[in-house]
Amino acid sequence: MFKKILIANRGEIACRVIKTARKMGIATVAVYSDADAQALHVQMADEAVHIGPAPANQSYIVIDNIMDAIRQTGAEAVHPGYGFLSENKLFAEALEKEGVAFIGPPAGAIESMGDKITSKKIAQEAGVSTVPGYMGLIEDAEEAVKISNDIGYPVMIKASAGGGGKGMRIAWNDDETREGFQSSKNEAANSFGDDRIFIEKFVTQPRHIEIQVLADSHGNTIYLNERECSIQRRNQKVIEEAPSPFLDEATRKAMGEQSCALAAAVGYTSAGTVEFIVDGERNFYFLEMNTRLQVEHPVTELITGVDLVEQMIRVANGEELSLKQSDIGINGWAMESRLYAEDPYRNFLPSIGRLSRYRPPAEVADGPRVVRNDTGVYEGGEISMYYDPMIAKLCTWGATRDEAIDGMRDALDAFEVEGIGHNLPFCSAVMDHPRFVSGEITTAFIAEEYPDGFEGVTLDDAMLRKVAAAAAAMHRVAEIRRTRLSGRMDNHERHVGENWVVSAQGTDYPVTIAADRDGSTVSFDDGSSIRVSSDWTPGDMLARISTSEGPLTMKVGKITQGFRLRLRGADLKVTVRTPRQAELAALMPEKLPPDTSKMLLCPMPGLIVKVDVAVGDEVQEGQALCTVEAMKMENILRAEKKAVVSRINAGPGDSLAVDEVIMEFE
Amino acid sequence: MTDVLQELEERRAAARIGGGQKRIDAQHARGKLTARERIELLLDEGSFEEFDMFVAHRCTDFGMEKNRPAGDGVVTGWGTINGRMVYVFSQDFTVFGGSLSETHAQKICKIQDMAVQNGAPIIGINDSGGARIQEGVASLAGYAEVFQRNIMASGVVPQISVIMGPCAGGAVYSPAMTDFIFMVKDTSYMFVTGPDVVKTVTNEVVTAEELGGASTHTKKSSVADGAFENDVEALAEVRRLVDFLPLNNREKPPVRPFFDAPGRVENSLDTLIPANPNTPYDMKELIHKVADEADFYEIQEDFAKNIITGFIRLEGQTVGVVANQPMVLAGCLDIDSSRKAARFVRFCDCFEIPILTLVDVPGFLPGTSQEYGGVIKHGAKLLFAYGEATVPKVTVITRKAYGGAYDVMASKHLRGDFNYAWPTAEIAVMGAKGATEIIHRADLGDADKIAQHTKDYEDRFANPFVAAERGFIDEVIQPHSTRRRVSRAFASLRGKQLKNPWKKHDNIPL
Repeated sequence: MFKKILIANRGEIACRVIKTARKMGIATVAVYSDADAQALHVQMADEAVHIGPAPANQSYIVIDNIMDAIRQTGAEAVHPGYGFLSENKLFAEALEKEGVAFIGPPAGAIESMGDKITSKKIAQEAGVSTVPGYMGLIEDAEEAVKISNDIGYPVMIKASAGGGGKGMRIAWNDDETREGFQSSKNEAANSFGDDRIFIEKFVTQPRHIEIQVLADSHGNTIYLNERECSIQRRNQKVIEEAPSPFLDEATRKAMGEQSCALAAAVGYTSAGTVEFIVDGERNFYFLEMNTRLQVEHPVTELITGVDLVEQMIRVANGEELSLKQSDIGINGWAMESRLYAEDPYRNFLPSIGRLSRYRPPAEVADGPRVVRNDTGVYEGGEISMYYDPMIAKLCTWGATRDEAIDGMRDALDAFEVEGIGHNLPFCSAVMDHPRFVSGEITTAFIAEEYPDGFEGVTLDDAMLRKVAAAAAAMHRVAEIRRTRLSGRMDNHERHVGENWVVSAQGTDYPVTIAADRDGSTVSFDDGSSIRVSSDWTPGDMLARISTSEGPLTMKVGKITQGFRLRLRGADLKVTVRTPRQAELAALMPEKLPPDTSKMLLCPMPGLIVKVDVAVGDEVQEGQALCTVEAMKMENILRAEKKAVVSRINAGPGDSLAVDEVIMEFE
Repeated sequence: MTDVLQELEERRAAARIGGGQKRIDAQHARGKLTARERIELLLDEGSFEEFDMFVAHRCTDFGMEKNRPAGDGVVTGWGTINGRMVYVFSQDFTVFGGSLSETHAQKICKIQDMAVQNGAPIIGINDSGGARIQEGVASLAGYAEVFQRNIMASGVVPQISVIMGPCAGGAVYSPAMTDFIFMVKDTSYMFVTGPDVVKTVTNEVVTAEELGGASTHTKKSSVADGAFENDVEALAEVRRLVDFLPLNNREKPPVRPFFDAPGRVENSLDTLIPANPNTPYDMKELIHKVADEADFYEIQEDFAKNIITGFIRLEGQTVGVVANQPMVLAGCLDIDSSRKAARFVRFCDCFEIPILTLVDVPGFLPGTSQEYGGVIKHGAKLLFAYGEATVPKVTVITRKAYGGAYDVMASKHLRGDFNYAWPTAEIAVMGAKGATEIIHRADLGDADKIAQHTKDYEDRFANPFVAAERGFIDEVIQPHSTRRRVSRAFASLRGKQLKNPWKKHDNIPL
């Protein structure tokens, strides 16, 4: 076995690989850029080598720098993680030349599968079902339009070297094709250094289901079942699960066997993923093969008990697979939520900054509810603009899908992240969405269910009563503590009463609290009551409350006369007042926030790349107004309604903060 | 006999209705509560004891003798806030627009006198059209009597003013002399002369809100210490503030049971200071992570944001915090921030509240506007305030402590009790670049030499150890242990006794 391996990556995946290597008794080498000098993967590794400035194209994807780090540390093998150099055949070749093992597939397999056009041809030849599309290279936007018309709209425009949603656009007409072709090309050039583009039929009502394969260099190939990754936003996966709630055994077997055939056809070794699009009739079409460890691999590990990283290392070491296809079963159900540093209330725009608080839920390795969190960040760490905004993968396992979902709900509620915008509330919302719970999902789920973006969750009455009962009991504890202040008048202490009015989401709940040694019984005016108990004390930012209606986990902040409570995707201002205070508070006027409807606000910190309109222009709904670049993604800001531009406050090259006014309308 | 009891209840009821239901409704329609409703919200339920409910004015001019409502436009008395005694007056806008008459003033003076005698804070709720014009000079005299008592009470008991309606002309000077002024957004304003007079005299057209609203006084003038959305929120937050304050200058600050380990370690503080010395960071994160339960009551949050002032608790006991804020103007000292912090430090010193100072200061803001504005004397106020303060003083230097600003920010030389520095601290006369350009002026043309000199200077001086070698820093501490170190420091100072020489009063550079 290798004595020492180098991980040519960063973030959670570098940490993930280090964990397995450590378990196997292998020493680890981390590499890091200027921006990552204090990163978690650097702290976890046995050694760390600096490989250049913050931008990935000057550090993590510079092959020479990685090769230097290998020579410097004497690493015998390299795990590339995902992204960066993981699917770069030049890197695999460079390693081969140096006699260093690549913990991944052979360069030839990377090359043939790395190019989407070639891979599709090979897949067809191997008997894998594929989607209609244009395989050749496309010169310019006009040719793209012609091809799109031949295939028939809608079409998907993709970067040949792309992945993870970068350089991908869907077009429904000629204009969108032109625009999408250009922006895909730009993004592809920036992100992958390869601006080749291809176009294929966009399958509607599709599910994204992928097969995990594992092959050794002795001719053995097995599949480890599927993962369903249909919950995507702009082709970026958000929630994954294994198995899929949609596949039957026959389809699973057919997909698995075709995937193995494809792997065998290209001489594949190591772990790989064959992605399919599956339509409502369970017809499946090959999309692409990812010749690397996939981000969402933990869900497969959780249902199969196989450590994929360990298998990759063993295969790279020339070992024969100890697992046979018959060893692979499906044990229970696993869910994964990707935690992105993206603000769901601002249309998921990237958010950067310092993690002033970062407390993931406790990991639970076994038992009826497994919780696993693959993370690459820590409290006090910095989320920079240079890399992928994904900062953690929270996974839960249960015997059934419902149990895995329920575990995820609680784990998300217990996950504390402050200092940056993040999508935890959105993941919570999906976990409670009836359509998601039913399993009736497609890749259009987010677009269809959240057409106007995400504005937080409104809790139903039953849940709100639970929250109200908890808040009343918590407020009473806090108020009683206040009466214990020194300097009070003896025998004339304040008496904290039993009657309160809890207000949340515009509803008032008059309650009466009867407290005893073990907790409180909170009675509502309709005669119902909820029993609550908790070890929460004032100042705790996470409250775990047992109630007679089930447990509650909430993030707690203080507001005047109450709490800010966050749970299940809701962000509530809950006030708890005495009946008299509530009566007087009801006299207070409601204040409306200032009107920003006639302004275009910068939705994220970023750089203005282009302004498409001038003062006096009449713009139509949906018309592009300007482009803001943030975290290497070009975001086109569009007019929300027909209007006339009255003032433009920013131009190309301007660096703007969140909510700065870019332009105003009449 | 029953008739007499009955009559009392009737008289009370008449007094309680103030200016009548119609005016009460009008008050509510403006988004404002009545004087009595406000007292109800301010004090513990059922704790209010009223004085002078039946006082009526003695004016006989302009037909005033025909209208003599009981209470005369102000409700006064005492009660408790979380069981601790406070005195309160609350002006009743429904009675003569809350205007101040001779008897109205006498009612306020009575509770001011009692508060000083009995050692309890005074909270004034202001909602008054101004002087009772019909009473002429008697009303003016009334104001002055109140002012005189504000002055005598200053530093003896905490005085808090809550502006919940108009407060104009001479009336502004009573709140102005109290320790804290809070306003309610959109429904309160304060000015010496109103928009009409302003227009007549200067031709400026300005609304009452622009001239003296909550936004003006919390952001521009710094007259107010905070502003709240409405009456309910304002009074709840005043209760919260009172929980931090001692009742008078003879008592120690209050202690409250706490649920936060004094030894709590915060590893994230080890990465609070960015690698680049010119990159800002949020000092409030440090304050929240040091404080019990992350509970921070900020004073003057919207003014001179380059310095942060407010109250926290450590081991349940109130501590005043003064901290440079690198996010704003690099945390430098200037006229506004010096004035703001100086006043806060003096308040803490008056009432035996220990002071925690968190330092990251690159120096004083340069420029003509600062010099013409008298930054020398304003900066000296903060220096003076720290130097004369005898309360426990603990200082933590997180990063820069340059030049005269280092001296000012509760340095060891100003009788700092504990002066800690993080390993990232740089205590020096100035930044490396500036220092090098002066010391090595001869090499200014040679970029390489200057770069080398700058590096040498950084290596030698951009650290806390030169100061530590001289004992100006008591200890260099790990950022993650700041809460434990600071808590223990204040714990050790609970018996501190320090007296300044006798004097009539000092002559702080006003």
